[in-house]
This record gives sequence, structure tokens and C-alpha cells, in this order.
Amino acid sequence: MTNPVTAGSPSAPPGESPPGAARVLAALDAVRDPELDEPITSLGFVSSCTVSADGDAQVRLRLPTYFCAPNFAFLMVADAYDAVSGTPGVRTTEVVLDDHFASDAINGGVAARAGFARSFDGEAVGELHELRADFLRKAVLAGTDLVCRPLARAGTGPSELAALTLGQAPRSAALERLRQRRAELGLPAGDDAPLLIDPATGAPLGADAVPLHLRRAHTTRVSIEANAGICRGMLRHRYGTSGLGEEEQ
Amino acid sequence: MYEKNGEKYFVVDGHMHYWNAAPDNWVPGAEKYAKGWIECFHAYQGLGPPDTHWSIEHFQKYSEDDLMKDVFEDGYVDVAIFQPTYLKEWYKEGFNTTERNALMGERHPGKFVYNTRWDPRDGDAGLEQLKKNVDRFGSKGCKLYSAEWNAGSRGWKLTDPAAYRYLEECQRLGVKNIHVHKGPTIWPLDKDAFDVADVDHAATDFQDLNFIVEHVGLPRIEDFCFMATQEPNVYAGLAVVIGGLMHARPKFFAKVMGELLFWVGEDKMLFGSDYAIWEPKWQVEGFVDWEMPNDPSLADYPRMNTASKKKIMGLNAAKLYDIEVPAEYQLKDGGTPGAHEVFAGEPEEHAASGA
Repeated sequence: MTNPVTAGSPSAPPGESPPGAARVLAALDAVRDPELDEPITSLGFVSSCTVSADGDAQVRLRLPTYFCAPNFAFLMVADAYDAVSGTPGVRTTEVVLDDHFASDAINGGVAARAGFARSFDGEAVGELHELRADFLRKAVLAGTDLVCRPLARAGTGPSELAALTLGQAPRSAALERLRQRRAELGLPAGDDAPLLIDPATGAPLGADAVPLHLRRAHTTRVSIEANAGICRGMLRHRYGTSGLGEEEQ
Repeated sequence: MYEKNGEKYFVVDGHMHYWNAAPDNWVPGAEKYAKGWIECFHAYQGLGPPDTHWSIEHFQKYSEDDLMKDVFEDGYVDVAIFQPTYLKEWYKEGFNTTERNALMGERHPGKFVYNTRWDPRDGDAGLEQLKKNVDRFGSKGCKLYSAEWNAGSRGWKLTDPAAYRYLEECQRLGVKNIHVHKGPTIWPLDKDAFDVADVDHAATDFQDLNFIVEHVGLPRIEDFCFMATQEPNVYAGLAVVIGGLMHARPKFFAKVMGELLFWVGEDKMLFGSDYAIWEPKWQVEGFVDWEMPNDPSLADYPRMNTASKKKIMGLNAAKLYDIEVPAEYQLKDGGTPGAHEVFAGEPEEHAASGA
């Protein structure tokens, strides 16, 4: 017996009892497409999510194309596995990526907790930590644009921006997200930390470096958003149905 | 050629194909890849206007007559540049080879430019083939697809020593336009296959060659922009930008165009329809009509004028490929003043970014 999320399952009590599929889906909100820096749920990548009465969870994922980059696909499947298996009350976890050229290697590798290099024996040299960090740095840059653009438009100049700390910047969801991304990278994220830093080193930026930094931050955001737009269009063409938790943009 | 409001545009389609991806051309055992590839292309077509969508059967294999009508009769194209993609591990005769393109093109003199291709993993035999192709088809450019699968390898980089041998040969042979197309795989698979840093190195080391990065490095537009702005011999191929965004995501199209105009500049941007993914007709018409919207979030982007569009539609590519452009299509006195010359701040920087 399964408990499909689409049926509006009641949320299970905390502890050992199996969670409703809605709670597993909520856990999947924390899994992001590393390139697009958006939850796989809102992107429409989750096609189904069920939990049996015994706590056996199954999640099926789908991507915009058969040839989406296998390294990023692996990260999403592995992160989804961790998110689901970490949900209280889940006894077994199965995450399946459908319709991808490397589905077998990815699904099998994640299920066996084999890591990327072993899942793609001979085709990969290392794990994906560096790749993930590179894309988190892009997310930090794009997030910097999101926070700073309204400030700059309101007249805050480069030297003022360079002097601002995270605690002094106006509170917003974008600021909170920027802090989270910085924290994930091990970059300064506390109230005293400068708003503008080099995402590679964490070093504060001088006022001189601010205009180019913000220009690059904006380009990075445009690129990520344009990619997300293309991915959404491709996914829609490929499946014609909404994913669980998908949000149109 | 295309004419609008009394202005004449010489149209060079810098990136198009004549492929056969129908089941009769699928390699036994690799059918799922051959099918997956063409279905992926077909999904891209879904980003164009609905009345330009084809059935998958038509999309898999279209005829010479279809191409001539779509590209030249209806599509306003004066000269089209074939960009071959072989994928012989999946398609028996190749997806679209230099030879297939040229055999078709021979029947239409003056309409086509035949680019060839190479793969550094093909070693000495590949170098020989490159020479033969240049000799036979007069290629002045080549299309490189770095994500191609080849004997167990999932891809390569321009900075691989084997690739440098080929680039040196290109320089010797006068194959001066290197179209780089990144894809989703590379060796090793744990690296970012779309990274364009290798193009940066190669462009620095081969100053006599031009590097046209197709689909502007998408999905790494930002890395492409930061690189292209520093390399005078790096160009932006607009395939996918116009086809994939102008209709489906007009707001992102405006932003991406703005970024390209800012970092790369209108002298280094080349139109490409990516036919048969998208037909050129709606792209040419839409692009010539397009103006940066009057939106505060787009205010700091450079504007295009008629001259900018003439360059991007064909004059820039004609220069790279020594294509003769009749006088009536050339720019008068460096171009017609545009409607947005009033834009403050950027024009000098913009003009200075040209090659």
C-alpha cells in the first residue's frame, strides 16, 4: 500500500511511524540542481514520490533531456537519496532517475553508495566535491547580484557597498539564501562578515573592485536564469506534465 | 537576403545542418543514444513558435528540397555554413558529415560553405583525413564537438596535446575558423564538460585562428563572456540564443543579448539558425524587428541599431569566411544611426570592444 503525495496524504507524526509522502517531498525541497541553484521540486524534476505503510520510500526523478550532464545528474540523485533516507520514519529508500543515458550507472551507483568515480568506472577520476563547490561559488555570485542590485539602484555606491556587512544589509529572502550558500562553502556568513567577498578566497573586496565584481555577478545570474528557462521549456516539451511541487517561472 | 523598412540585410547562416537521424541510420546496439540525441534536438525545436514545429519523423530526416525551401526560399539566407557533426558511434553514416553536406551542396553552387571537422583522438589518420577534406571541399572552417563519444572516451579538450597538433595543421591549411561546440560529457566525467577555459588557452596560443563558440557557451554564458571579452579572436555563435530564447523566453533573450553586446560586442556576434532545429525565417524576421525593451532592469545594456543587426545577420560571418557581399548590403559610412544612440555611458566602451 502506498501513500502518494498527490492524494493529499496527512502528515505522519514524528518519530518512528512512516512519514507521509508530503514530508518526503518537503525534504526534497532541500535538494538543488547544482547548476541552476534551484530545488529539484520547483524545477519539476520529481515525477513521483510514494511511501508505503512500512516506510519504504520511492522517488522517481526526470530531467529535461536524455543527455543532461551525468555528473550533475548524479549529484541530484545522490542528494535526493540522502534527503529521503534522512527523513524520520523512512525505512528503505529508492531513488530512480528515468529516461537518461546514464540512468543505470547513476541509479545503481547511488543505491550502492558507490560514489561517482566507482559508478563511472574508468570514465571519472575523482568525486564531485570540486564541481559542486565551483557551482556554489557561481550561486554566491548570482546571489550577490540579487542582494546588491536593489541597493545599487537606490544609490548605494561602491565604497558604501564594500563597507557593508551582512548584518547591516536589509533583511530579505535573497540575503538569507546568500548567507546559506556562503556557509555551505565555508565562507564567512555571520553578521560581521562583509557583504562583498571574493567567492574563491572569502577575502573582502576593495571599493575599486566592486563595479566589475557586481557586473560579473549580474552576468552569472542572467546565465543561470536563462539556463533554467531553457531547462523548463525542454522539460515541458519532453513530458507535458507538471512535476510534484513544480513552480512555473 | 532580407529587406525591412528599406534596409537590406545580407544573411549568412553561420550554423546549420543537413542530417539523417532516422532509424535507418542508427547503429545497431546504439539505438537508444541515436534516438535520445534526436529527441533532445526535437525538444529544442519546441522552444520555437508552435507553427514552426515539425513531427519527429520529419525532423529525423528531411529532404534536400525541404532544406532549400526552408533556408533559402523562405528563410532569407544568402549563404549557409554547414557545420558537420559525425557521431558515428550512434549513426551509421554519421549524423551529418562533411561529405553528405557537400554532395548535396554541389547541386547548388554558391549557396554553401563546407566546414569540416576533426577529433584529436583519431590520431594521424584523422590528420590525413582533415587534409583530404580541406583539399576536396575547400573548407575554411571546422566544427568541433568536444563531447563526442569515441572508442570508450566521452570527450576531449582543446588543450589536449593531440588537439594542438590539429590546430597547428588547421593553421597550415588555412582552416582559420574553429567553431567550438561543447556538450554534456568529457573525459574525465567528474569535470565540467561545458567549461570554456580550454578555448581561452587555445585562442591565446593560436592568434591566427578565430574561435567561434557556438551557442555562446550555453550553459556557461558567463564564463564565455568573461573569456571572450579578453580574447580578440573569440566570437559568439548565436545559435540557440535566438532560436531557444527569443520566442520562448523573451525577457531572458533581452538579458542575454544585453550581456553579449556588453562583453563581446556586435562585431563578434554571428547569426546561426541551427537548422533543422529551427527554421531561419522566424529568427531572421524576429531578430531584425527586435529592440531592447524599455525596462529599467535592462537600462544599462548597450543598444543595437540597424548596422549592428546587419553585422550580426551576415556581415561579420562574411568577413571571417571571405564571402563577397554586394555593395547594396554593405554598411554605408559605418552604419545607419540607430534609434537608441541616446544611451548614456556605454557606446564608447561598446564600440571599443570590436576586434
